[in-house]
Amino acid sequence: MKVGVLALQGDVREHMSALIACGVEPLAVRRPDEVSHVDAMVIPGGESTTIAQLARIFGVFDVMRERISKGMPVYGSCAGMILLADEILDAKAGQETFGGLDITVRRNAFGRQVDSFESDISFRDGSTDLIRAVFIRAPWVERVGVGIEVLAEVDSHPVAVRSASVLATSFHPELTGDHRIHRYFIEEVARVAIQQVK
Amino acid sequence: MSQETGTGRVKRGMAEMLKGGVIMDVVNAEQAKIAEDAGAVAVMALERVPADIRAQGGVARMSDPDMIEKIKAAVSIPVMAKARIGHFVEAQVLQSLGVDYIDESEVLTPADYKNHIDKWGFTVPFVCGATNLGEALRRINEGAAMIRSKGEAGTGDVSNAMQHMREINGEIRRLSSLREDELYVAAKELQAPYELVREVAEKGKLPVVLFTAGGIATPADAALMMSMGADGVFIGSGIFKSGNPAQRAAACVRATTFWDDPKVIADASRGLGEAMVGINVADLPAPHRLAERGW
Repeated sequence: MKVGVLALQGDVREHMSALIACGVEPLAVRRPDEVSHVDAMVIPGGESTTIAQLARIFGVFDVMRERISKGMPVYGSCAGMILLADEILDAKAGQETFGGLDITVRRNAFGRQVDSFESDISFRDGSTDLIRAVFIRAPWVERVGVGIEVLAEVDSHPVAVRSASVLATSFHPELTGDHRIHRYFIEEVARVAIQQVK
Repeated sequence: MSQETGTGRVKRGMAEMLKGGVIMDVVNAEQAKIAEDAGAVAVMALERVPADIRAQGGVARMSDPDMIEKIKAAVSIPVMAKARIGHFVEAQVLQSLGVDYIDESEVLTPADYKNHIDKWGFTVPFVCGATNLGEALRRINEGAAMIRSKGEAGTGDVSNAMQHMREINGEIRRLSSLREDELYVAAKELQAPYELVREVAEKGKLPVVLFTAGGIATPADAALMMSMGADGVFIGSGIFKSGNPAQRAAACVRATTFWDDPKVIADASRGLGEAMVGINVADLPAPHRLAERGW
């Protein structure tokens, strides 16, 4: 499985390391033809307004949108979650998203950097072990559409959600060295979705 | 479920999210919006850009809280602000205003010529300037969660930023080549704590994100810094002291992402109009060199 990490801006390196630890060979993706050549994608943490804009300028935007809508497995953390949401609140005027997840996400919902925090949360992947989650100017999910499964919550706000092929978290598992979320994406989301297409 | 704020991971992690991006100096809400529209990952709110501080002289201080709040209200991206070196009360004020990052900056007039701010006690993260590895590690030891090369702010002359990047990365490469029993003397020479020196020697990189700053004025300058191993770029006077700020800002953002593709940099460099005029660092008398502030 070829997994691309959208490398326009953000903590690309950390996602690449996490994917390598899960036994896949990641590719840094910045161009439209590179998006076409991977089986699955990760959208890193970063600044969602910057990433969306660069994706537009360099022609990656429409390819991403189209491939996601056709079922390419994608995982997004933080800015990645915002970019995967069909609808966003507290956005910059005219801010675009790739979409693909029928959710509404509020940007910077947990507050500014002084409110950024880490916490042990439970993640519904079948394990009862808590996971250390790092929230940085993090968004949360305000509305969940039909067929969207909530995998984790903080103060009753969904912070991890999935559809058949798309996974999104408001926190940054790539910063902790615990690769459970990335492994879940590879094994339970991407592999299953790709198998079904075949 | 306890929630811990202000942890090292949260502070350093915030800087990780800025990687591959451009942070732009702005002096009002209109400029902040132009920067956000151009794709800046954050803005630095300050009263005068370094080029004006240099031209007008006088004591440069923390910005007016009203101005910082207007900028915070105008944009959705992170807002940083500068405090004077050693001025921990300015830093407390900035934290209470809810800025996202504090730059303890040599661009402002230092408040303390011996000590920097003890940054561990703050919830808000700090970025500090450095001209070499020892200085970077001393700042990290004081709690800085992000380092930037100093360069020579407000000049549009990239040579000092270049020198600082070469210095920092050269010293890191040298540390990685040393035997373990030589690291004690290396720490003494760097005037930095042994634990941090050992960590850098093992990992071959700083434990925090390294941006570059000072004198960057063109897309090619930004790309040059990225190819020298910077994680991202601060642009101060270079944008809003140029002929066409919006276009130049967007061009620098593009060149920072595609720093390794001369075609993209060429396209980004077309028709930008006048760059900031600039001053050669060599023509600056020593007392006016900002990079020499900090110890």
